[in-house]
Amino acid sequence: MAAEESYPDELKYHREHDWARIDGDEAVLGITWFAQDSLGELVHFEPPTDGQQIQRGASYGEVESVKAVSDVIAPLSGEVLEVNRKAVDEPETVNADPYSEGWLIRIRLSEPAEADELLDAGAYRAFLAEQ
Amino acid sequence: MKLIYEKSQSGRTAYTLPRYELETPELPEALRRSEPPRLPELAEPELVRHFTELSTRNFGIDTGFYPLGSCTMKYNPRVNERLANLPGFRDLHPLQEEEGAQGALELMWRLQEALVEVSGLHACSLQPAAGSQGELTGLLLMRAYFTERGEHEQRRKIVIPDSAHGTNPASVTMAGYELTPVKTDARGNIDVEDLRAKVDEHTAGLMITNPSTLGLFDEHVEEIARIFHSVGALMYYDGANLNAVCGISRPGDMGFDIIHINLHKTFSQPHGGGGPGGGPIVVRDTLEPFLPVPQIVRDGDTFRLDFDRPKSIGKVRGFTGPFGVFIRSYAFIRMWGPQLKRMSEIAVLNANYLLARLRDAYDLPFDRLCMHEFVVSARSLKREHGAGALDVAKRLMDYGFHPPTVYFPLIVPEALMIEPTETEPKEVLDEFCDALLAIAREAADSPELLKDAPHDRPVRRLDEVRAAKRAIVRYGFEDHPDLGAEPVEPRQLEAQKGA
Amino acid sequence: MTPFVSLTERDEREMLDAIGVSSVDELFRDVPEGVRFRRELALEPALSEPEVVAHLEQLAARNVRDEVSFLGAGIYDHYVPAVVDAVLQRGEFLTAYTPYQPELSQGVLQAIFEYQTAICELTGMDVSNASGYDGTTVAADACYVAKHVTGRSIVVVTEATNPQVRQVVKTFAPGFGLEVVEVPHRDGVTDPDELAEAARDAACVIFQQPNFFGNLEAAPELAAAASEAGALAVAHVDPLSLGVLEAPGSYGCALAIGEGQGAGNHQSFGGPHYGFLAARSEFIRRMPGRIVGETVDAAGERGYVLTLQTREQHIRREKATSNITTNQTLLALGGLVYLSWLGPQGLRELGETCLGLAHHAKTRLQEAGLEPTFSGQTTGKEFAVRVGRNAADVVRDARAQGVHPGYPLGRDYPGLDDSLLVALTEKRTPADIDRLVEVLAS
Repeated sequence: MAAEESYPDELKYHREHDWARIDGDEAVLGITWFAQDSLGELVHFEPPTDGQQIQRGASYGEVESVKAVSDVIAPLSGEVLEVNRKAVDEPETVNADPYSEGWLIRIRLSEPAEADELLDAGAYRAFLAEQ
Repeated sequence: MKLIYEKSQSGRTAYTLPRYELETPELPEALRRSEPPRLPELAEPELVRHFTELSTRNFGIDTGFYPLGSCTMKYNPRVNERLANLPGFRDLHPLQEEEGAQGALELMWRLQEALVEVSGLHACSLQPAAGSQGELTGLLLMRAYFTERGEHEQRRKIVIPDSAHGTNPASVTMAGYELTPVKTDARGNIDVEDLRAKVDEHTAGLMITNPSTLGLFDEHVEEIARIFHSVGALMYYDGANLNAVCGISRPGDMGFDIIHINLHKTFSQPHGGGGPGGGPIVVRDTLEPFLPVPQIVRDGDTFRLDFDRPKSIGKVRGFTGPFGVFIRSYAFIRMWGPQLKRMSEIAVLNANYLLARLRDAYDLPFDRLCMHEFVVSARSLKREHGAGALDVAKRLMDYGFHPPTVYFPLIVPEALMIEPTETEPKEVLDEFCDALLAIAREAADSPELLKDAPHDRPVRRLDEVRAAKRAIVRYGFEDHPDLGAEPVEPRQLEAQKGA
Repeated sequence: MTPFVSLTERDEREMLDAIGVSSVDELFRDVPEGVRFRRELALEPALSEPEVVAHLEQLAARNVRDEVSFLGAGIYDHYVPAVVDAVLQRGEFLTAYTPYQPELSQGVLQAIFEYQTAICELTGMDVSNASGYDGTTVAADACYVAKHVTGRSIVVVTEATNPQVRQVVKTFAPGFGLEVVEVPHRDGVTDPDELAEAARDAACVIFQQPNFFGNLEAAPELAAAASEAGALAVAHVDPLSLGVLEAPGSYGCALAIGEGQGAGNHQSFGGPHYGFLAARSEFIRRMPGRIVGETVDAAGERGYVLTLQTREQHIRREKATSNITTNQTLLALGGLVYLSWLGPQGLRELGETCLGLAHHAKTRLQEAGLEPTFSGQTTGKEFAVRVGRNAADVVRDARAQGVHPGYPLGRDYPGLDDSLLVALTEKRTPADIDRLVEVLAS
């Protein structure tokens, strides 16, 4: 059920192990393969509320496995437009498919320029290799 | 095994009560119970069999070796149970007049005196209900102390090492303080340079366990005390590991100002599968005015409760604390007497013996003599054979032992934290080592033996993910409508729930 | 040396050799010289087992026994059946630690699951923890839950709630960042309108049913006043009243808490006992302490584990829902055995018997010229009565005649110096009540 390790090229990455799929002034956010693998099978996603403002570098929710809990750190700032109900109801979806079915939230960007500071897939892989 | 609710049959009873032929007054309709609670209905023989069967599915120190690190699972003397159940203690109401409770008050006063001596500090409150409540109480004493000095607003930080029990940071937050973590150095001591950089006039105090959760005595404890006292901060000693140092080194002499003592660890209160415990605190004289109310004081030959303590932080629990726990710990201390040091010496000897026998088969994160416990790592087993600390722990059950604490402290990967206590004979220590050495070989030869373990327990490995996701935390009567009519097998019950 | 260690001189030599040190003292070489304790501990001489028994029997004999007691005020002299003591003395329960390894702990885990079920049934709630320390600390726990659920910073406690519960809440509130507001009682009960006013902006409202005076509150109205203000309604209840009184879950409470002692624990001068804390399911992730959940094992068999542990201190650390590790499992197990012994029928009968005795005592005292402190209030197994002079003096005089007539309310409520709180359990007989009337009316 767990996905194979991968870091898609079309995504942007944050050192707190989050990814962003940017589309115009919106972005879809989630956690990376590395993050879900470190936590183990997820049993709970505590999401933000619709309309909430989230800040780059700050926590916007929590993901839990049986033995660990982790803040989810926003790679970009913005307003929450949608929470992935499937990730809430069946959090194991995040393990199975962290980059598409297992996305966490969709936001409207408030500071689109922040995207320039995120890593591309190659840089994120290099960052992981250093850890 | 069936739940007691699945054995229940409507109309069966175990109770008998006196009947007085008195009129029962009418209660207002709105306040009257509408639906009776679905408590079990069994006659007494089946009641006793149910709980006896449950007990056979449990492992205690009476069952076998229980080297659960940081929990000090020592033998619990049976005489203490007899003493705690003396009617003069057991049936005493906590609001009895002082004159009618002199024996209880004297026992508590004597226990306080003993704890003061072992701690090397000055004044004791027995009130906190458990170690973590002792921590919170101690932190509130710090608040009160700094509030009186007008420094509370300034001093917001409590320093805690990264090897600490989770209760320490949780208590810090609950006391309204902020956490400042400090690192562990390569020898397993607190990193003094890291500490120095983090301690200043905004620091309220330090909170550590010594020996630490790694089972190591901090070699720099005097320097650490100087650092804190030089900025006017206080030092809190988490007494979880006091079993290592009774009569060897006293927290007060190390420079600590406040200590809690886990009576269910060092002083043999049986832990009852999760409690009760006891968490008395002992403090330096400067903190005495802030101790909880009431204090037990001696006036000549009589003992009384002192409620007139205007600077007290208040009450942290009902009455004067878990008295039954005090009886057992007091009796334990009286049977050791001044030789209590020997208890700690043997606990440390036993731990070092285990360490000496195991050091080649498991990874040793800190190569030092240990105190009453030590931490080894199954990191190599995990890397080379895919069997980690959890697998080793489960396999130990097949050998008849309770596993050590695993995955703690957090700074050691694949940690196994082993604490034998002073009450185990050498033969048991040897058998345990033989088992752990055999398991290390099994990990190489047939790792599936570890991964499938345990093999002969009432249950196999349990699915914790499922438990957390579905959160069934009470019996689902509504899922089993036929109960009481037809006996239902547990298997069918699972099926009905879609299991 | 005590009989609890097995070490022989030969063992010690072999072990030191294996370690590679020459003496036990050398094992402590990491303890700096400056903090070594170099004298013998000044503890009293060691006692043999017969001596320690004799010593503690002497101490126990200095506590009063054989007094006809009407003391209650939170701790009650209910009968503890023999089966409870028998089960709690099973070494497999008594000497186990917290069930961290479920395969070796199915006995206590299943028992806690059954206990959680019993508490939910009693209180009408969806989820119960594995126990709290006592009836006072669970109130502080409830405040911590309410702070995080509501984000508000005031807690309201009625003045008619047990004074020790209020004191413990006040001790912990500043650390939690909470302010405590008390709502006074009016003739022994709480006014729902006054409570509604105080509950605005409150995280929770704690009230006791029956309240500390033994009076029945308009509990459904109090719960509604709290809920309508957006505060969590927290009922502090006597578990043994819940065979006759409505379950808090049935009148809209968010949490139900209480002291479990009366249900299966000896009085033991105040502990150890268990506190219970139960809640509606929506608050499950904010619950303090251990919770046991059902699951299956690798072979598909039903089993039990500690669950939702990410709430707890060992994982969530400074963000944990509480700092509890050790709770009161053995005492809660006593509660489960006791409630199983009573069953629903026994619970109801017990409640009615205590109500009948209390009503009888109140009536007899009234006939003897002693008026209830709060006339016109419906009471449970406890009631307040005016004794015509300082109640503490009355207690002293009555005790000289072998009767403890109850708790002097003036200790906690200035203005009620002439009132005693009298508690009746099934262990008090009509003949005992005759003696109470005799000593109080004299």
